Amino acid sequence: MQPTNRSSRILLPVKLWFVYLTLFAALGLEYIPSGRTPGLPDWVALVLAFWCVREPLAIGMGVGFVFGLLMDVGLGAAMGQHALAYVVLAYFTNSLARRVLWFPAWQQALHVLPLLLFSQVLMVLVRLLAGAEFPGWSYFLSSFSSALLWMPLSLLLLLPQLQPVERDDNRPI
Amino acid sequence: MSFVGHQPPPIFKRGPAPLARLFVFVAVCLALLVADLRFRYLEVMRNALSVVTYPLQMAASTPADVVRNASRYFGTLIDVQLENADLRRHQLGAGERLLRFEHLEQENAHLRELLQMSRRVETKSIAADILYNAPDPFARKVILDRGAQQGVEPGLAVVDANGVIGQVTRVHPIQAEVTLLTDRNQSIPVSVVRNGVRGVLYGVGRGMLEMRHVLGDVDIQPGDQLVTSGLDGVFVPGLPVATVTRVDRDADAFARIECEPLAAIERSVQVLVIGRAAYPPPPPPTAAEGGR
Repeated sequence: MQPTNRSSRILLPVKLWFVYLTLFAALGLEYIPSGRTPGLPDWVALVLAFWCVREPLAIGMGVGFVFGLLMDVGLGAAMGQHALAYVVLAYFTNSLARRVLWFPAWQQALHVLPLLLFSQVLMVLVRLLAGAEFPGWSYFLSSFSSALLWMPLSLLLLLPQLQPVERDDNRPI
Repeated sequence: MSFVGHQPPPIFKRGPAPLARLFVFVAVCLALLVADLRFRYLEVMRNALSVVTYPLQMAASTPADVVRNASRYFGTLIDVQLENADLRRHQLGAGERLLRFEHLEQENAHLRELLQMSRRVETKSIAADILYNAPDPFARKVILDRGAQQGVEPGLAVVDANGVIGQVTRVHPIQAEVTLLTDRNQSIPVSVVRNGVRGVLYGVGRGMLEMRHVLGDVDIQPGDQLVTSGLDGVFVPGLPVATVTRVDRDADAFARIECEPLAAIERSVQVLVIGRAAYPPPPPPTAAEGGR
């Protein structure tokens, strides 16, 4: 639990099984065969970045590495491609965690957008070095659509931690 | 903030510094990438991890299957009737050609017997549908709805009605991954129909192909047909692949030969997986290991 820009609301502690459940759900969304529609958000990267910001002590590079490998296997990409991107993403979002939560949600999204873009650039560089074809600039649209989803997703993922608002004027906090 | 001889209390211990952990993880990832892309060592690890991902993938593809089947079910009657009439016409033509083909095959077998030549390569074939493009945007691959359970093996050729579209590169239990000819990492040994000149055809991206390892003064003209030569021992010989569109002899000792695929590589839906029923004996061990 961290102070936010509207810290009057106190959140319940997160349940770790819920974190992993959402990560696996994101993985499932990623596995839906969509051909090569450009601009689909990278769900795993987004959910991972969210939990890295929210729970920097529990979720970090190790989780990013494991889910990156699962992405590589499921999508048939080069082994270690997504793992590398997610490890770097987890590192930077972890180090941003203390600062970013003081901003309102859309500014948080602006903080995360360059990190998502950077992880995509890493993947492109790795594959181009290995002799693959450049996938076109529309490949990077995915980061922008992910960043757009930051606000609705953070509302959704925080739902289980919200406690009922009970007005008690005598309570000290 | 620790003084000499004083360890911080264990409650604040969090393992190595984040930056150190980052370097370790990045090093591991780079090692994995090199091992996979350069040496192809990691198929075992892939199979092991796919135990986790496979159920999730099956669950995720179910809605897409339902949508596809539903749209097929509700396809209009007129479309189906038109298609049916078209297929009937095709079948008449194909039947007539098949009759002649059977006759010729018998004649060929008879002549080969007379000449005491070995028999032609026998083939096996599996009909399959292309389900969708593989999700990896860096490679040109498609997923077939037939897999190891139906007898698909890595290395088999995949053809549509007009020619070769690619090669099976990875096989799952009920699906298979096909690398298209236009992928930059795909190559296929071919020969020219007109005079039997051999070469290797590479994908160059943008849907085009290029024939390499052909000397500059070799007789190849635009319009020549290329078929698989079968010299790799994997492809069946004689499958049509591409036509030559441009020959540039000024460049080097080797000619630059651009080719256009015959098959509708990026558009075909129904395909046939073709392979040899039996593989040829391995080359004699004394032969020098030739580079590609």
